[in-house]
Formats: sequence, structure tokens, C-alpha cells
Amino acid sequence: MTETATVDALLTLDGLRKAYPGVVANDNVSFEIKPGEVHALLGENGAGKSTLVKMIYGLVKPDQGSMVLNGEPFAPANPAAARASGVAMVFQHFSLFDALNVAENISLGMDNPPHPRELAARIREVSQAYGLPLDPDRVVGDLSAGERQRVEIIRCLLQDPKLLIMDEPTSVLTPQEVEILFHTLRKLTAEGTAILYISHKLEEIRALCEHATILRHGQVVDTCDPREESARDLAEMMVGSTLHVPSRETVEPGEVVLVVDKLDLKSATEFGTDLKQVHLEVRAGEVLGIGGVAGNGQDELLGALSGEALAPGAITLKGEDVGHLGPNARRERGLLTAPEERLGHSAAPDMSLTENALLTGAVRENLTQRGFLKWHATEDFARKIIKDFDVRTPGPDNAARSLSGGNLQKFVIGREVLQRPDVLVVNQPTWGVDASAAADIRQALLDLAHHGAALIVISQDLDELMEVADRFTALNEGHLAAPVPTRGLTVEDIGLMMGGMAEDAV
Amino acid sequence: MNLDQINPILLIASLMVAATPILLAAIGEAVVEKAGVLNLGVEGMMITGAVVGFAIGVNSGSPVLGFVAAAIAGAALSMLFGFLVLYLLSNQVATGLGLTLFGLGLSSLIGKPYEGMKVPTLAKWDIPLLSDIPVLGPILFNHDPMVYVSLGLVAVVWYVQKSTRAGLILRAVGENHDAAHALGYKVIRVRLMAIAFGGACAGLGGAYVSLVRVPQWVEGMTAGAGWIALAIVVFASWRPWRVLLGAYLFGGITVLQLNLQAAGVAIPVEYLSMSPYIITILVLVVISTRGKHGAPGSLGRIFHASH
Repeated sequence: MTETATVDALLTLDGLRKAYPGVVANDNVSFEIKPGEVHALLGENGAGKSTLVKMIYGLVKPDQGSMVLNGEPFAPANPAAARASGVAMVFQHFSLFDALNVAENISLGMDNPPHPRELAARIREVSQAYGLPLDPDRVVGDLSAGERQRVEIIRCLLQDPKLLIMDEPTSVLTPQEVEILFHTLRKLTAEGTAILYISHKLEEIRALCEHATILRHGQVVDTCDPREESARDLAEMMVGSTLHVPSRETVEPGEVVLVVDKLDLKSATEFGTDLKQVHLEVRAGEVLGIGGVAGNGQDELLGALSGEALAPGAITLKGEDVGHLGPNARRERGLLTAPEERLGHSAAPDMSLTENALLTGAVRENLTQRGFLKWHATEDFARKIIKDFDVRTPGPDNAARSLSGGNLQKFVIGREVLQRPDVLVVNQPTWGVDASAAADIRQALLDLAHHGAALIVISQDLDELMEVADRFTALNEGHLAAPVPTRGLTVEDIGLMMGGMAEDAV
Repeated sequence: MNLDQINPILLIASLMVAATPILLAAIGEAVVEKAGVLNLGVEGMMITGAVVGFAIGVNSGSPVLGFVAAAIAGAALSMLFGFLVLYLLSNQVATGLGLTLFGLGLSSLIGKPYEGMKVPTLAKWDIPLLSDIPVLGPILFNHDPMVYVSLGLVAVVWYVQKSTRAGLILRAVGENHDAAHALGYKVIRVRLMAIAFGGACAGLGGAYVSLVRVPQWVEGMTAGAGWIALAIVVFASWRPWRVLLGAYLFGGITVLQLNLQAAGVAIPVEYLSMSPYIITILVLVVISTRGKHGAPGSLGRIFHASH
């Protein structure tokens, strides 16, 4: 390339390669980021985005290739070296310390932190300047997801970064919080900071980014200006084939099958949210979507419905009070659930898929006999899930942990769907799952509803809820808003419901 | 029965001596656990410190050298634990239990020739003027130097954890080792240093038993003090000053029950002897039912820098 092109670029990647035993995470990745631009990095799960940004941030050393930052060779040995060169990163899973306060958390991310009192003053100052108010003395464990992210961003901003890497920054934010974040990011780019932005949310990328690099199987397969492409085109570039969009046929909702009435539930966890007077009804053949920012009572609601937490008298299934029954008794009566946390809650990580199939399927699929396990029947059931839901795994003997997030999620959802539930409750069914697997899962949920089951889908992905749900409601600090029909709902309405400000009389 | 025999001033003074071995071991273990590592080998490191301190004390004639050697021995043994759990990623609970068994065996091997021997012990510091204060003088200012060392350690640990960057990094590593690693902190190095500190403190605690409290070498002479130290760390919610409170509470009950035995209280000796342990269990149960105990987030979890 010409001299000027390299001088213009803030960061140039040239032929980066990183291989792990058995898999090439990145191969011959080259692109450049200019000052003041928002550069999107797109790709499915496992396409190599995380490894790539870890190389830029000094957490992983490339096997081959080189980087140039501001005209100088750039090979950070560790994150501190990357930070010293002006590269900062906001992590996907927040790298925060719950038991420490905001100032301590920020101090840990700085190489030469000022005196605590001075630091607290600077946190206040920067947080005000960028419209992200934050109290330096609060303990991080008590903050909301949006506030926690502010801590990370302010930690980065305090070091005047030239390049800010953001990995899935909006997955836990309300639409209003996303607006605030975008406002901050635009302000930063106006000051000349470049942003490398990783997200699954294609609409956001179209709204924010000027340039996109698309990774597939660790290689750069395409570049484009996302403002000039449709979200569907972007998705197809990522997947490399045409994308199947879930279709739904409208059916008349049937009888009310599940009623939750005046459910009060104290959270079992220290930082959890108590449910307050939750009321909902679902009809056969209907999908009720429950939005809301994480930590507003989603886990508690799922626990109350699954039977992990008992709520005597508050839950009625097909006319029968099931609030005092445990999970297996509820399964027997047709109420099945799939919690959010794949490893450790909906599946036992170190047990095989067959064993995991048994764990929730034993009752409805008759997989036990007088206390003994029916291994052949169980294995057949596991194979059926793998086949029907296109779970990519060598076989049912593999441990749940060995599956990728998307494949395990397909298995977990498939396991419940195949048990022909009358009511199925899922929490974050496509969290961290790539576009094509997510489409398959949503289609399976819609098909299930079409065959007469009642569904409750709890999710933080609003696009997903708009796609599958007939009625929408949101959890806010343990309160559930009154559901409204999804059709015709605007993003502003949803945002207000998630913020707890909706008029209940819709 | 004659309760008048019990002199409250002597009782308090001797509880400080009785509590010092546990206090030393517990403040060390509190630091180790604050870094996210559960080392159940405290008892093994204490008894090793006891025998090494005694042996060096006998051979050199200097109790101070004995304490130094005990600290080094405890730290060396803890490095074995550190290598196993931090580099070979072995299970911390099993490795810690193994370390205790290993320390008990090793100490009886080393200690065989020293049974029944006498050792020069630490002289009490009769601090001028201060020790003449009525009541407070004999309680606070008439002890051997190790009592003051143990109190000083509590203060230093408290100050370092609360007010220094090193302490902040230590807490961060124990709270969330993945996040600390992502920020570029050397999780394994921090933990190794914490484990070595814990080992040295346990060694000092053991040597205090064999060089000052008893002073003699008897096989298995720490008699569960290491386990009590572990319990006190939980009791203290991992806070240094509460470690001090817990250790002195336990020491106090131990000394009180000995005094009650001597005074001929009409409770069987067995019950009195078990009372410090029973009260420790009761206190732990009460604390656990309160729910929030502030355990470090990564306590006992294996750290592997693969992701």
C-alpha cells in the first residue's frame, strides 16, 4: 500500500495468526483502524473475534504477523503495555470486583493511580463530562448492569485511550442506556479516539459504525460500510449463507393454562431482586415475552415458575394450584423450564449429554423404572434431541461442557421442547448464541406454540422478543408491567416499560 | 470449689499468651484466604514450625533463631502446597489436608531425638514504667516479645489491606481472579507470596507453642490449634481485628476452663476441656445463619490462565 495509507491509520494489523491445539483461532487477519472511527468487528461465535482483540490488548501473543500503532511497531507483552500505548478495553463479561468499591475497581485498572481522594474527584469529573454519573464510594456488587459498565468505561476514559475496544457493550443495557452510551461514544470519536466495536446486534452496528470487518472461521472474509447494508445482508456475510428467518403463523390463543397471581418472592441470593406482586396469565398457543435488564427479577421469576422456589397458592396450572410443588411434580403436570445459565443450571457441565437428558426428562419420558435408570431409552432420547435440533457433537457420551454455547443451548431447549410441555418457560434462550443457531431455536419455540403450548420467553434481546412474542411485558425491580400486544409497539414504549414507567392501563 | 482462686488480672494476661499461637496462624491464613486460596494445612505447618523452632532453639541456644527457622520451615512447607495448587492445579482442600498429614509425620520424625529436652525460652519484657501501671501493667506490658509481634502483625495486615495498593491487588486477586488476570495482575505470584506469608505465620505460631507456652517438644503438641485458626478466620469474616478478637476469645475460654478445673468446679473435666471447641462451633453456626459473611469471591477456586 502507499505510504500515506499507513500513516493515516491508527492501528494496522498485518497477517495475524493464532492457533490453539486443534483449532486456528485467527489466520492471516489484516485490517486497519483510523483515528476517530467506529470500526465494527463482526462474526459468529467462534469466528475469532475475542482472540483477535485479546492480541491487540496484550492478553494473547500472536504466532505470526505484526501490528503497527501510530506508525510504531506494536507488540504488547501484557495488558499494562497495551494500556501504556493507549489501548483500552471494556470487557464482555465485566472484569469487576463485586466486593470492592467503584474507586478501588477503577484504581486497579490504572497503572499509576493517583491518591484515592484525587481519583474520586477525577471519577466524578469525567463521569459528569461524559454524561455517565457514578458515585466512587459505592460498592460495585450493588450496582445495576448499566452502572457497572459505566465503571469499566470510566476506567478506560481516565487513561485517555487512543483506541477503545468494546466487546458486546450493549447486551445488558436498556434502550435508553444504549442511547446514553452511543452519545458518549460519539463524543469520544469527535475527540479523535478510535473505537473497535464488537456486537451481535446488527441494527446497533448500522447506527453507530462507519466501517466493518467481518470474520469467519478466523479469517477476514469481507469488509463493508454497515450504514449502506441491511442487517440481513450483514448477518449473511457473517454466516456465509442465506439466513433462515423464523416464521410464525398466527393462531387464536386457547384457554388460559398458567396463572401467576400476587406472587411475592424473596430472592435467595444476596444481590438478587425480590419479586413483588407479580401477576401474569398465558394462554395455550401464545408466546408471552418478558423483557427487562438483567437482575430485575428474571432469575427469581424463573425459579418461582420452575419450582426451585416455592410459592404456595400463587401459581395455577390448568386450574390446579402447583405453587407448593417442586420441579419434578410440576414437570409431571406439564410445566417445563430452561434457565439462563447453561453450564451449571440447565445442564451439569461434567456429565454426558445422555445423563443431562435424563436429569429433566426422567419424569415425562419415563426414563426410570423402580429407581433404576433405563439407559437405552435415555440414550435414544438424547440422540433424538441431537438429531432433531442439529446439535453438533460427536455423540451423546460427550460432556455438556465440551459443547459450544450455541450447541449446548440447542440441546437444552430441545430437551424441553421434545418433552411436549403444556407450558414452557425459557430465560435468555439465545444468549451468546450465533445468528443461525438463534434462528433455529426461535423457530423451535414458535413451532411449539403453534402446536398449542403456552410459552413464556424471558430475554434481554428486544429484537428477539419482537420476533417471537405475541404479548410483551417487562420486569423492573421485581415488578411486572401489564402485558401489551407486541404488534405496533415502539422502542420508546418498550424502554419505558423496562424503566418501570409504563402506564399500567394499556 | 473456690472461685476466689481465679485472679482476673492473671487470667487476662495468660489468655494473651494462650491465644498467641492461634492468632499468629490465623492472621497468616486470613491473608492466604483473602488472596483466594484455602490452605487447610495450617496444622501441619504449625507443628513443623514447632519442631524446627525447638530443634534450632536447642542446638543454637537462641530462641530467636528458633523462631526465624520456624518461620522459614513453615514458609517452605507452604511453598510445596503453593506449587501443587497453583502450578499443578491440584484440589486445594485435598492438598491442604495432605499437607497437614505430611507435617504431622515429618515433625514426629524430626522431633524424635528432642523428646524430653529443655530449651532456652524467650524472656519476658518487663517494659519499664508501663509494666508498673496497676492492673493494666501486668496484663499488657509484661509479656514476651512474640505477643507484641503477633499484635503488630495484625495491625500491619489491617493497614496493608486497607490502605496500600499491594493490599488492594491482594483483595482483587482473591475476589475475582479472572478479572485480576484480565487487568494484567500476576495472580499466581500474588498467591504464592500470600501462601508463603501464611506458612511463615503458622510456623511462628507453632514455635510459640514449643518454645514459650510449653516449652518442650511433645509429638502432636499443637493439638488442633491449626484447625481452630482456620475456624477463627471464618468467624472473623476475614477481617484482621476480628481475627484478634476471635483468637483472644478462644484463648480466654481455654484459660478460663483451666482455671475452673483448678478451682474444682463441679463440672466434669471432659466438658470443660471441650468447651472452647464447642463454643467455637456455636459461634460459627450463629455467624453462618446470618448469611452474609464476606468470603473472598474466588476462595478455593482453581485458577488457570487459559481464557
